Amino acid sequence: MTPEELRSRAERRRLEESRFSERLRVCTATSCASLGSGALFDALSAEIHRRGTGDRCELKRVGCLGLCAAGPLVMAEQGTGSTHTESLLREVRPEQAASLLDGFRDGFPAEQSVPLDLPFFRKQRRIVSEACGRIDPDRIDDAVAAGAYRALLEALHERTPADVLAEIDRSGLRGRGGAGYPTGLKWHTVAKAEASQKFVVCNADEGDPGAYMDRSVLESDPHRVLEGMALAAYAVGASEGFVYVRAEYLLAIERLRQAIGQANQIGLLGSAVGGTAFHFHVEVRLGAGAYVCGEETALLASIEGGRGTPRPRPPYPAAAGLFGAPTLINNVETLANVPAIVARGGDWFASIGTEKSKGTKIFALAGKVAHTGVIEVPMGTTLHEIVFELGGGIPDGARCKAVQTGGPSGGCIPARFFETPVDYENLAGLGSIMGSGGLIVMDEQTCMVDIARFFMAFCRDESCGKCVPCRVGTVELHQLLDTIANGRAGTRDMELLEEFCDLVRHTSLCGLGQSAPNPVLSTLRHFPEEYRAHLRGQCPAGVCFPASPAEEPPR
Amino acid sequence: MTQTVAGRPESSRETEGPAARRVQEDPRWKPVAATLRRQGHRPDALIEGMHAAQQAFGWLDPAVLRALAEALDVPLAKVFGVATFYHLFTTRPLGTHGCIVCLGTACHLKGGPEILAALTRAHPVEPGQTSPGAEMTLTVARCIGACTLAPLVVLDGEIAGPVTVEEVLERVERWFGPASGETTR
Amino acid sequence: MSVYTLEIDGREVGARPGETILAVAREHQIEIPTLCSLEGLSTVGACRLCLTEVEGASRLLPACTTAVAEGMRVRTQSERIARYRRGILELLFAERNHQCAVCVSNGHCDLQALATSLGMDHVRVPYRDPLLSVDASHERFALDHNRCVLCTRCVRVCDEIEGAHTWDVAGRGIGSWIVSDLADPWGESSSCTGCGKCVQVCPTGALFEKGKAIGEMTKRTAFVPMLQHMRGRRR
Repeated sequence: MTPEELRSRAERRRLEESRFSERLRVCTATSCASLGSGALFDALSAEIHRRGTGDRCELKRVGCLGLCAAGPLVMAEQGTGSTHTESLLREVRPEQAASLLDGFRDGFPAEQSVPLDLPFFRKQRRIVSEACGRIDPDRIDDAVAAGAYRALLEALHERTPADVLAEIDRSGLRGRGGAGYPTGLKWHTVAKAEASQKFVVCNADEGDPGAYMDRSVLESDPHRVLEGMALAAYAVGASEGFVYVRAEYLLAIERLRQAIGQANQIGLLGSAVGGTAFHFHVEVRLGAGAYVCGEETALLASIEGGRGTPRPRPPYPAAAGLFGAPTLINNVETLANVPAIVARGGDWFASIGTEKSKGTKIFALAGKVAHTGVIEVPMGTTLHEIVFELGGGIPDGARCKAVQTGGPSGGCIPARFFETPVDYENLAGLGSIMGSGGLIVMDEQTCMVDIARFFMAFCRDESCGKCVPCRVGTVELHQLLDTIANGRAGTRDMELLEEFCDLVRHTSLCGLGQSAPNPVLSTLRHFPEEYRAHLRGQCPAGVCFPASPAEEPPR
Repeated sequence: MTQTVAGRPESSRETEGPAARRVQEDPRWKPVAATLRRQGHRPDALIEGMHAAQQAFGWLDPAVLRALAEALDVPLAKVFGVATFYHLFTTRPLGTHGCIVCLGTACHLKGGPEILAALTRAHPVEPGQTSPGAEMTLTVARCIGACTLAPLVVLDGEIAGPVTVEEVLERVERWFGPASGETTR
Repeated sequence: MSVYTLEIDGREVGARPGETILAVAREHQIEIPTLCSLEGLSTVGACRLCLTEVEGASRLLPACTTAVAEGMRVRTQSERIARYRRGILELLFAERNHQCAVCVSNGHCDLQALATSLGMDHVRVPYRDPLLSVDASHERFALDHNRCVLCTRCVRVCDEIEGAHTWDVAGRGIGSWIVSDLADPWGESSSCTGCGKCVQVCPTGALFEKGKAIGEMTKRTAFVPMLQHMRGRRR
């Protein structure tokens, strides 16, 4: 397929869509699906059929519309060009199918309409999630109409791999999986490696509790990720790719497989992509429930069919990775940024964000916040804007205490630092990390000692068991935190806690162990008075005493 | 099949030849064989093969593990190591119904632990285990990535959330009633 | 072949490219404590006792897996490293039930020797006291999980030298344990050749010969590099 053929294919699909004067987009991503959007879609379909209005009203399954807590969500669109209007409807029930369709004529019920000028929508800058909620993820033509694969075909026909690489360099893109390593540097290392075979691996083993951005992107726009992988493969000289997905993400897996099949069929992936000499075969590989497989060497061990235990680096996967071959590993969001960068230029991308953190970041907002859901904001947006403007503040007039970012590798940032612009360096300076993008809002009823213990239990359960500090250290640290939370600890235990946090951090083999103490260290730093209160047998948040909730299960 | 220590069913001592062959002749093995074939019977097909086998047989019993080891030329100990490393694989038979309680951060803050405590109080089952009458397998997840629905549970594969303790107890109660044994899947 | 010059603990030493810090240090009689590493077997970097400070590196690096480089400056001893090493030993002693007084390897145990040489004289974190089993089903040998430190030397020697791969690690995290075949009793393992290499390389009394009394079990590991070397020549 040539770029012209792709363009005419896109044009054809756009024309087809423009014939409909009314368009309904029903979110069928995991959250809305759990709230019944499947039944809603069927009801709408039956009602359109009954009315015989199928020629003017288009009904489409789409991915995430963002405001997940208010699902099932439906976007109703009317007209084109200057007469184009959009209405987002919340909590739509199947029995409302008829009245919903009448809404195109009579107007939609105000109580179910979500104002689209809310900061939740207005303050977003959507690059990665540009087509999320607009296209049917199961129809490649829909993605193509929205511009998918254009950057790839143009690159294959008109640009050299070095040219693509230079664009990524200029963009300043950094890894969105958590650590923020410069993507261009990683690509260069793999590109320079001399080998007859190289691999590109997409890390979709999203496992931080509270993070579900990658799931949302994969369910809503899988082609963007695949195109990013193909561009990466072209730039570094790889011909095979793997997407390593959490087995729990059933819908994402299904849509990815579907997308790969469709792209192979029309020559946008597979052999001789776009009629050129570039081959790129992609396979999906499933995880099986191991958080540590998000660590790149553990992930590779798992793709190779083994226990997902990390190994010491160097050698880095860029030199010796999958089956010993040079391997580029990037996370879903990182790769999903690539097509836009190649299409619009690295300079354009670098104009968004802060000095050292370019572009946007997707966050999954959860916890004690009014608008939970998925948002994409420019780097440099403040935590205050995220929590109080986009997030709509804390429900029930409660006070916000902190946000947790970075999951079990991150930390809790107290509300007094909310004016901080979010970027890699600032969050690290506050003792947390950007992480993959889970952002959990905590109010005054959240106990910081309990949270530290919660994350330590997570790390203990997810430790692979290979190295001693992580295998045993997380158990002992958890035990210490438990003693503190239960009011049975003394200052000696606090000293041990700090000493063994330091040990686990500096002696563990991989990132899981090295960062496991972070939630403890950040809460010790920002909320020392809560620890002291527990030593006196008091829990300021009222979580730990007297009736402590069953903290976690015996294993 | 009776259980001894640490997920080791007694029949595992069967010599591999006959046990593995019996599994490979079982009609349920067909989709597993197809998965292994698709990956050229390379050792790296082990995890994909285990997914397929667990889907087909319900759990990874020792005979199935032997069959996988034989088909892929992977040492038995390695197969067992992989099967017990990953949370999603089970080397014990599961109950008729499955209940997963999410204890991710959002669910932890919004009441997941209380749901779990109530379930273990109401029924003779601990997390990670199956009730004595095999009515239900109770498991705990550390975030299934649907935090806007917190607190949530997954009942027989379907996400339900946000839920209250009472709602979960009521749904699960039915599995233990006289009608238990019928799957609602 | 080019030769690197580097500095270990202030001493200038020569090394061949591809050698590890540990190998070079040993050639020059510089002692670095290790537990999981054994000459002749692949390295896993799991026990973390051989961590060293390398100038310019942001983290501590395991001597057993880190390759030397020209001009490298390594410190194998420091107050900080000593503290970490003692801490790691405390964790190991707290993890399972290491009771030297009733152990066949008393006096010939790497773990015990490390505790003595590194000055780990008491454990400050709570002992876990897990309930673990002993597999005495093999005719000549036995496995006591209470004394296992999960160094995986047995797994590696069985796979890499004997070629049987009878052993592997099962479970994960603190629940990890060494298994033979599909967790079959060792004596009924279909892959075990009964060669006893695993027993010889085990650094503690976890794997031992039956019929030995307390303190009687001495071990020989010199055969591992020899076998490895001879195989290399045959290839």
